[in-house]
Amino acid sequence: MSKNSEYLIERENKQYEVIIGLEVHAQVTSESKLFSQSSTKFGAEPNTQVSLVDAAFPGMLPVINEFCIEQAIKTGIGLKAKINKKSVFDRKNYFYADLPQGYQISQYKYPIVGEGKVILDMPNGQKEIGIERLHLEQDAGKSIHDIDPNNTLVDLNRSGVALMEIVSKPDLRSPDEVNVYIKKLRSIMRYLGTCDGNMQEGSLRADVNVSVRLKGQTEFGTRCEIKNVNSIKFMQMAIISEANRQIDLLEEGKDIDQETRLFDTKRNETRSMRSKEDAHDYRYFPDPDLLPLEISQELIEKIKSDIPELPDEKKKRFIDKFNLSPYEATILVSDIETSNFFEEVIKNSDVKLATNWITGELFAVLNEKNLEISQSPVSAKNLSKLINLIKDGTISGKIAKTVFEQMIDGDQDPLIIVKEKGLKQESDPKAIEELINKVIENNSDKVAEYKSGKDKLFGFFVGQAMKESKGKGNPQLINKILKEKLNG
Amino acid sequence: MSDITSQSLFELTSNIKEKKLSSGEITKAFIDRAEKSKKLNVYVTDNFEKAIDQSKKFDSNPNFDLKLPGIPIAVKDLFCTNGVRTTAGSKILNNFVPTYESTVTQNLWSQGAILLGKLNCDEFAMGSSNETSFFGNVQNPVGENLVPGGSSGGSSAAVAANLTPVTIGTDTGGSIRQPASFTGTVGLKPTYGSCSRYGIVAFASSLDQAGPMTKNVRDCSMLLEVISSFDQKDSTSIDYKRNNYSKELSKDIKGKKIGIPKEYRVDNMPDEIEQLWKNGISYAKDCGAEIIDISLPHTNYALPTYYIVAPAEASSNLARYDGVKYGFRSPGQNLIEMYEKTRSEGFGDEVKRRIMIGTYVLSSGYYDAYYLKAQKVRQLIKKDFDDAFSKVDAILTPSTPSSAFKIGEKTNNPVSMYLNDIFTVPINLAGLPGISIPAGKDKNNYPLGLQVIGKPFDEQNILNISYALEDKINFKNDISDWWLSE
Repeated sequence: MSKNSEYLIERENKQYEVIIGLEVHAQVTSESKLFSQSSTKFGAEPNTQVSLVDAAFPGMLPVINEFCIEQAIKTGIGLKAKINKKSVFDRKNYFYADLPQGYQISQYKYPIVGEGKVILDMPNGQKEIGIERLHLEQDAGKSIHDIDPNNTLVDLNRSGVALMEIVSKPDLRSPDEVNVYIKKLRSIMRYLGTCDGNMQEGSLRADVNVSVRLKGQTEFGTRCEIKNVNSIKFMQMAIISEANRQIDLLEEGKDIDQETRLFDTKRNETRSMRSKEDAHDYRYFPDPDLLPLEISQELIEKIKSDIPELPDEKKKRFIDKFNLSPYEATILVSDIETSNFFEEVIKNSDVKLATNWITGELFAVLNEKNLEISQSPVSAKNLSKLINLIKDGTISGKIAKTVFEQMIDGDQDPLIIVKEKGLKQESDPKAIEELINKVIENNSDKVAEYKSGKDKLFGFFVGQAMKESKGKGNPQLINKILKEKLNG
Repeated sequence: MSDITSQSLFELTSNIKEKKLSSGEITKAFIDRAEKSKKLNVYVTDNFEKAIDQSKKFDSNPNFDLKLPGIPIAVKDLFCTNGVRTTAGSKILNNFVPTYESTVTQNLWSQGAILLGKLNCDEFAMGSSNETSFFGNVQNPVGENLVPGGSSGGSSAAVAANLTPVTIGTDTGGSIRQPASFTGTVGLKPTYGSCSRYGIVAFASSLDQAGPMTKNVRDCSMLLEVISSFDQKDSTSIDYKRNNYSKELSKDIKGKKIGIPKEYRVDNMPDEIEQLWKNGISYAKDCGAEIIDISLPHTNYALPTYYIVAPAEASSNLARYDGVKYGFRSPGQNLIEMYEKTRSEGFGDEVKRRIMIGTYVLSSGYYDAYYLKAQKVRQLIKKDFDDAFSKVDAILTPSTPSSAFKIGEKTNNPVSMYLNDIFTVPINLAGLPGISIPAGKDKNNYPLGLQVIGKPFDEQNILNISYALEDKINFKNDISDWWLSE
């Protein structure tokens, strides 16, 4: 990365660098939970998706959901990471009302996935972020404190849902990189179908580790962990606020305490949750109800063979094969739905026009209506028809925009719109000549001015001719014939 | 025909199949005797009414192909039974009624057995005398004010007192074999992974196994055949071919090599235990077995290892009893206070002691010195047995270092109580099958047991050896029915 894009926080004549590491909790896409057969569907009535295992009834035992294991392996492969053939489930012991077992089953010493990496496309080039590990664990339930004035209510629907905790190395250096990292991670998992990345539903959350140091210093400062931040925007706000808090302390000559903090989104500040001294002793030990997890090379190979083309590879293909710019390619591959849409459109239409229309008009509409591309009001099929109408000269780019606006309303077929509204471009030279003659007749004074050297008036004649054609005149033809008439 | 309740399982099933007895008659006989035996305090919860109904139902449409046709059976109150209160001997589960059935008890009912009731036990199976139960101590039918052993003390007493034809217990460090030894009955702890742990209130997951407790070895083989099964609901259950233990039961043990471990000659072992062992050895020789001296060098470390591993697992397994979801709750001003009150009032002293030990040995800074070390020693103990079993087919030891003691005698000295498990604990740590059979009596005429230890999954072999020894020993339990009331 080039110097000018460095994210530094200035204090008088000092510059501080911010060091960030993320522990992302990604909900595994799976019909059922990690150790039980209960549904994981979001939004059900409280405590309707709870098995005896999830509620930790006496004598109930966890049985591993093999699909979740495969999903974790798949994600590991997507992160170019080492898959550990032997891993161990441990118990993380602590008491809380929404933790029915009194422990969370997690992986501590021996995670299922080891070191890997994620490539970020930053404005100034690529940056590699190291992945420390990925492990599987159970989610807890949900404590609800604001319904009953005297009691906390507990919803166990989420209890036991499989999470992948993806731990990055402390390689991130700015809120922008965090933004790109989370989006890239989400993109990879969505390509793989291992996590839907839906932050509103809590499918993706992160603990953010932040420390600061003077620019040029090599050793890390004392870090604080900000727990459970559930949107990219809040992560960025929390990082900025926490980094500044730490720098303020250093500037005052004070020490930073290693502690766990919470981000208060309303006040835009982090506050202490518990200090290192109060840190839980989780008393991890291998869960005696579960044998060590052993994964065969065969299974790894089988999963590998099912891995779809991932964003980095797809981007390279788009650049090489379709001659897209890296910027265009990055945008189009950022989301699997977008790249699928793009590839669907270009099956039958021009790549360059498709790129422009998707990243331009379509994205604008999606943004305006706050829609995902999967909810696009214009289908790939109809968009490719529209592009073909432009390409073969049936309509002009300008008319196409009018047609597109109408297509949005119920995914209408552009061919029908053009036909019904009579928007077909006039490309008959005789007809164009006729209407140009009319324009020249009606504006003889302007013709005289033009001929006396007022070249700028050419645009006026084009406009008049276009108006005469009700916008349907082929602009190239109008230009050509006008020039012949006026200059001839 | 002898009195119904004194018949063995084998006799009862034969009599039912030959239509000499009905399930209703048998069930009623056991209930009648139970009504007169309240002094023993074996039942925490009875299921008499339903049992009568079920026995009538069986008689109206009997299926004699089943292995336990219409046989009423009481089980240790550690097995979750659908619709019948399951307490694990604890106040904290005093009001708990499961909506599900443990796999092992389901196996009983699937073979035609009928639930008589739930038998007293030490709280969460933690104890060697049944004195830690919230529901009071159990009297050993062998003699008044004598403990029946533990933790399956209600079970051993019920079998010895003819209150159930057979029963099932659980054994984490000796909880089947020691009470069997104290009551002159037979108790078998199967290989870890033989019997499903699904639906059994957990004490120490890596050690817990359910097993049969019976009047004799043949009944033991019959019951093991029913309860041992592979179960996908228990990830530590092992899928292997189980024998038809009762069908393959044989007294022919000629040429079997039986190991005698020198490390089991512990200090201060009573002479009568030493004599019992010698007798067992000579009986085995009489049966044609070859006796081989062996060494299990890490035996000394078994008890301390056990008292790290078992409490560690227990401290975590018992965290779920927090007053939030089911069972006993003592209200508090906030969550922490509710936890503290619920668990302080809901658990007894022995359980709390083990939770504290377990929490301590898992704590950061102590984990390596205790838990991790104990796991390593456990591997060494297991290796001792692996080495021994390369030379012998089975191992013969005493079951316990003493006979049954008086109620209250050891309650103030937990360590002397723990020493009761000295011969049984290593077998759990190594995951092996072990059986205790009655083999003699001490000077007070109290029963003493011998333990036969086998290779993993070699239950048939230790059953056969026990069957042969049983025949030679010809033990007769001398029980006077002193507790009966009218």
